[in-house]
Amino acid sequence: MKRRGVLLLILPSVVYLLVMFVYPFAYGVLLSLHRPKGPAGMSLANYIAFFADPWQLRTIAVTASIAVPNTILTVLLALSVAYAMRRGIWAERTITALLVLPIALGTVLIAEGINGFYGPKGWLNQLVQAIGIPDPPRLTHNYTGVMIALFVQHFPFCFLMLLGYISGIDPALEASARVLGARPWVVFRRVMWPLIAPGAAIALALVFVMNFGVFPSAVLVGQPAGDTRTIAIAAYQQAFEHYDMSMASAIAVIMGLCQLLGLAIVVGLRGRLTATGVATLGTGKR
Amino acid sequence: MRARGWRLAVFVFIVGFTLNLVGIVTHVVVSSLAKRWFATPLPGAFTTEWYTYAWREFQLGDVLTVTATVAASVTALALLLGFPAAYVLARRGFRAKNAVLLLYFLPLLIPQMTYGIPLATSLYRYRIGGTITGVILANLVPMLPLAVFVLLPFIEQISESLEWAARVHGAGRWQVFRRVVLPLALPGLLTAGLLVLVNTVANFELTFLLSGAGSQTLVVALYYAVFAAGMRPIYSVDAMAVIYMAIVLVILAAALRFVRPTQMVFRLGGK
Repeated sequence: MKRRGVLLLILPSVVYLLVMFVYPFAYGVLLSLHRPKGPAGMSLANYIAFFADPWQLRTIAVTASIAVPNTILTVLLALSVAYAMRRGIWAERTITALLVLPIALGTVLIAEGINGFYGPKGWLNQLVQAIGIPDPPRLTHNYTGVMIALFVQHFPFCFLMLLGYISGIDPALEASARVLGARPWVVFRRVMWPLIAPGAAIALALVFVMNFGVFPSAVLVGQPAGDTRTIAIAAYQQAFEHYDMSMASAIAVIMGLCQLLGLAIVVGLRGRLTATGVATLGTGKR
Repeated sequence: MRARGWRLAVFVFIVGFTLNLVGIVTHVVVSSLAKRWFATPLPGAFTTEWYTYAWREFQLGDVLTVTATVAASVTALALLLGFPAAYVLARRGFRAKNAVLLLYFLPLLIPQMTYGIPLATSLYRYRIGGTITGVILANLVPMLPLAVFVLLPFIEQISESLEWAARVHGAGRWQVFRRVVLPLALPGLLTAGLLVLVNTVANFELTFLLSGAGSQTLVVALYYAVFAAGMRPIYSVDAMAVIYMAIVLVILAAALRFVRPTQMVFRLGGK
């Protein structure tokens, strides 16, 4: 069997990704460092313009104000539920199959559904008014709507991921801790949490990155011209309304850097979190 | 007893979340069948006229053709390029392996909006932007790695000694592939194909950035319809949403026969 020849099989896909992913990205970064009209040569003009314009700069704060709380809430809830379900629960297959729905259906359908269900004339509002609350809060086409939409989309993903991860931890570890007299909270804090922490860190990072890039939800269920004008919307507008591709690329780079920053923070936290207790990944039988 | 309370709380939450999902989806379905519906539990009268209206007004025949073309092409290409790659990654170690794995992982990790805008810029520059080809090429960027990562464990499960045994018995390399590897990899190919299919149909951001008037998939057309919500009756938009939902659910049901829900999501650390 020719050893080297087989490696060629991987070449088409590698080349494809280099051409269609790495190159455009690199080109975009390069583009962001040039102005379309003006002095030739690289400059940070786009970036300076972004940071100098309060209407653009606030998109970072707006996006962070959506992404950070939502990520923490989603991961905390997903962790709690996945941990509680680690030994199986009644109707688990049905529940997990149902939870795949939002992931499969996607952002646009969920957004439209939320506008209907949570809208001023939707079922939830009717129910709330029927039990006697006269003036229910507005839940769609605002910040709250986007938070709901993001949670509905990302909780299932985060939950399924953590459930798979936690289920892979050897149950004998927990059992031995219980046998040795540890109460459930101590079992969690001293035995389970150090093993779960890497998975939780990955979940935090992935969900944050997904939340920070929010676009269709911010437009359809939020207020894209105001409260929920996220950085992705700013980038999109530059590309397809102002046709300023170099500025759009700059905003995309800034967005990517913010996501990277979030990732770095999570990785830094993870170092501190796993310093307690057993430091191995300890994924047991799968 | 606190454990009981805890489990009850979790159960209530799950039930609440599930009801919430069911409510969202059902509302869309009911609205699509309503003649007129205003702040009452159920509409006064039902009709199916909105489906024909949506079909006509949103040119769903064309949109569905585009969607099918894009989805089928992306799936075929992802499997065609991804299967050999997965085979090499499963069987061989080589110096650049970690770099290659990172290369495959990045389009799945980095959100589509972040790399989609530079990608759109490049494709528009080469005049492929706004065409079906552009949509297919763009969607392939995350779908190819997805196919590779789904296929990887399936190929790892095929014992390499089966291939060696076939070689010992005189089979040429193509024969080994056609009669040993391919039949055993078929479940993996099917699973990967279905997952890529459902993900492509539901994929919004990349298609949104790369599509033009004649190259919108159903989900992008739906977005524009929801976005311009005042221009058309909401019931027709919901009819379109139901059609979209039905298509995705059919593919999803097929996929779930081969893969567990937890496997549909990233596998952590289980290499």
